[in-house]
Amino acid sequence: MITLKEALTLDDNKISKLKEQLKKSIESDAQLNAYIDIQNVGDGVPIAIKDNIQVKEWSVTSGSNILQGYIAPYNATVITKLLQSGLSPFGRTNMDEFAMGSTTESSFYGKTLNPKNRDCVPGGSSGGSAAAVAAGLAVAALGSDTGGSIRQPAAFCGIVGMKPTYGRVSRYGLGAYASSLDQIGPITQNVEDAAILYDIISGYDTKDSTSANVRYKKVSNMLNPDRKLRIAVLPKYIKDASADVQKAYNDTVEALSKDGHTIVEKEMEDPKYDISAYYITATAEAATNLARYDGIRYGNQKTGNNLEELYVKTRSEGFGDEVKRRIMLGNFVLSSGYYDAYYVKAQKVRHLIKDNYAKIFKNVDLILSPVAPDTAYKFGALHNPLDMYLSDIYTISINLAGLPAISLPVANASNGMPIGLQLIANAFDEQTLFDGAMSLERLMGY
Amino acid sequence: MFETVIGLEVHVQLNTKTKLFCSCPTSFNHKQNTNTCPTCLALPGALPVLNKEALKKSIMFGTAVGATVNKTSFFDRKSYFYPDSPSAYQITQLYTPIVEHGYLEIDFEGGGKKTIGINRAHIEADAGKNMHESDYSKVDLNRAGTPLLEIVSEPDMRSAEEAILYLKKLHSIVKYIDISDANMQEGSFRVDVNVSIRPKGDEKLYTRVEIKNINSFRFIQRAIELEVARQTEAWEDGVYESEIVQETRLFDQEKQETKSMRTKEEAADYRYFPEPDLLKVVVPEDMYKEAIVIPELPDEKKQRFMDEFGVSQYNASVLTSSLEMAQFFDIMMQEGISSKNAVTWLSVELQGRLKNGMTLTSSPVSAKQLGLLVKRIEDRTISGKAAKEVLDFLMTDNMDVDVAIDKLGLKQVSDLGAIEKIIDDVLSSNPDKVNEYKSGKDKLFGFFVGQAMKASKGSANPQTVNEMLKGKLNS
Ligand SMILES: [Zn+2]
Repeated sequence: MITLKEALTLDDNKISKLKEQLKKSIESDAQLNAYIDIQNVGDGVPIAIKDNIQVKEWSVTSGSNILQGYIAPYNATVITKLLQSGLSPFGRTNMDEFAMGSTTESSFYGKTLNPKNRDCVPGGSSGGSAAAVAAGLAVAALGSDTGGSIRQPAAFCGIVGMKPTYGRVSRYGLGAYASSLDQIGPITQNVEDAAILYDIISGYDTKDSTSANVRYKKVSNMLNPDRKLRIAVLPKYIKDASADVQKAYNDTVEALSKDGHTIVEKEMEDPKYDISAYYITATAEAATNLARYDGIRYGNQKTGNNLEELYVKTRSEGFGDEVKRRIMLGNFVLSSGYYDAYYVKAQKVRHLIKDNYAKIFKNVDLILSPVAPDTAYKFGALHNPLDMYLSDIYTISINLAGLPAISLPVANASNGMPIGLQLIANAFDEQTLFDGAMSLERLMGY
Repeated sequence: MFETVIGLEVHVQLNTKTKLFCSCPTSFNHKQNTNTCPTCLALPGALPVLNKEALKKSIMFGTAVGATVNKTSFFDRKSYFYPDSPSAYQITQLYTPIVEHGYLEIDFEGGGKKTIGINRAHIEADAGKNMHESDYSKVDLNRAGTPLLEIVSEPDMRSAEEAILYLKKLHSIVKYIDISDANMQEGSFRVDVNVSIRPKGDEKLYTRVEIKNINSFRFIQRAIELEVARQTEAWEDGVYESEIVQETRLFDQEKQETKSMRTKEEAADYRYFPEPDLLKVVVPEDMYKEAIVIPELPDEKKQRFMDEFGVSQYNASVLTSSLEMAQFFDIMMQEGISSKNAVTWLSVELQGRLKNGMTLTSSPVSAKQLGLLVKRIEDRTISGKAAKEVLDFLMTDNMDVDVAIDKLGLKQVSDLGAIEKIIDDVLSSNPDKVNEYKSGKDKLFGFFVGQAMKASKGSANPQTVNEMLKGKLNS
């Protein structure tokens, strides 16, 4: 597939041919199920859009039954920015329902397959976007990352996925999962494309109060893979990963060192605290964010004999199990008598995690970390929800701290599946993040 | 002996142009569901952005009641499901409100003052409106997201009278500083009352009952009296523990009773937590400086009317009881007239003529014109009687007072020479009457006045005629 950088040089005629061709390829590989449907806005370079980003006049459903029939009446800020830069929203991609999941199996539209091995999950929740890019069915895509939902599917599918600093990209028009953690980011074939797409969607937005009012400097025209950086490694932290992942990690560290980067050993807190703080925070926010789906104003209303019955039927039939589980968990941790023990404590832990990262970034430029403990699972391999939650250990603390991170493939495991690692940078230091990622990309020659 | 303990929660709709978290207009009486947008409809992906004007008006209120203004405050989500609440949570301020620890003073009619504490005032978004039909309900979301300031008093009031005095003072404060239309009928000043009783001398608070949404001061007074009677009776009958429970009751104005509103809401757990779509609210220094300069408050105006214009305490209270009347009076006084005349012509003559729902705001005669009319009496251009005629005329025909006086031909002759000539004519053509008067028939004085006025066709200033006649007859 043509890269985003190259596609941006095509004339209108070639772009429209590219789109025709893409449409044909997508339709001929319907089994992959990366896309929910293909619609197009404008005549720019096609970008696949995750089903939770609002595109005016598209059906945008967050992968849920409850939003069947809903047509978005406005564009998300990132979509406006794509259109202004001559890019086209092209096709909406599959995802875990309301971005709650790590496998894209919880979608109302059925599971998406991993193009590298169709018996495996593509990861999630942005599994459709990642599978589309990895299968050569998209030039590039947008995803959203609340606890790893861009980086983990990118790693599972062997491509590049980047989560910007919290506040860097407007959330206006992103169907919310957890407001204080969600960020939209690029999923691309290579690091440079990620930087280009990231530049296009970033910047302060008055429509999002959590958007950072800081001056934005483009990164894609300043990329420098020759910069020598101080990179922190986490020898103890990686012990929970599989042997293949550990080996890939150690090989990468060695290669970075040989390339002239300075390697510094650091330690993180026990990631079990990350899991608790994350699932309490995310579900509390999600329970309230999803309360608006009541069938009264829009979406898939189920009628009842009275108001309560309408609510119960609409929400019981409209939401899938994982979403219901998280709504219940969120309401539980906020309920009177438990609020201090769960929610308040989780926020304290969140502060500690932030402080810990801040300490590490006092004397390093980047941190190198696994993305997931293992390569893509076989379908059905995660037997219970807790296994799935635990598989997020390497990604969620970055969302809790609001930091930028990029996942890129570095090796193949013994089972032939790609292994991705992530670089993490200090808040708003995306330039260093992309510089380091380009250096690593060149080094590992994946 | 029992003591009544009352605390009041007042929801004041802030009169900002746009809603609290979006740019939809707040205007009243538009077609249903037209003043809406993705944010106030809670569509997927829409986000709130705080209206700075609402923040400023809240700070103005804090300043008016001598409160602490928290320069950093926070918003929280309060969760509950109801069709008039699109996001199924209300954005409010539970943990750190914008305003805390204020007070206001109430004045008793017989004299004396009392300070009532204001615990807090916080900003929150209003809900839409549900309209129930026989077997379905309609939802109008035009009001959803309108800014409210919820003002919570301390439980400092000990009678229905004190509660009403507090509410009236609060009402006039928000009107004076122009942060709300405060119209009870339209729902922009909504009152919830918390009532409990306790044996006199007891310090602890007993079970409080909340009475919701009563839309006039008279009914609030009545509802409190009825609720106090209900609680007292229960206590005296020994059934206080079982009868009086913490609950919400509604005032039925037809049956004149409060009745329990037993809904599931009562057991509601609102699951408050900090609103993650909004960062902490930090008051910008320049906004703060602007917001703490507030217009003259009712008590200040009252004192000024007394000091500057020599208005009596009673009249000053009446004049300042409504902002419209106080402003009307202030403008009239710019004509340099006596406050006594101004009060009479405003509160008796003009208000007596305002009919069919007309108010001072919609009065056809402006404050300046009424002031001028009074001035024309005081400078003897017209008589008081003629002024009433002029005012009647101005109620229907809008024109300048002086033009109206001319048009109606009511100008008094104050030219002393002209009056003297008339009087001399009257005296010389009635020599016998003059002699009778001089020999002691005082009653004839009225006759001469009448003749002189008649000869002037009513245009002579009666006072001047009087004075001059007296001089000539008694010389
Ligand atoms: Zn709106």
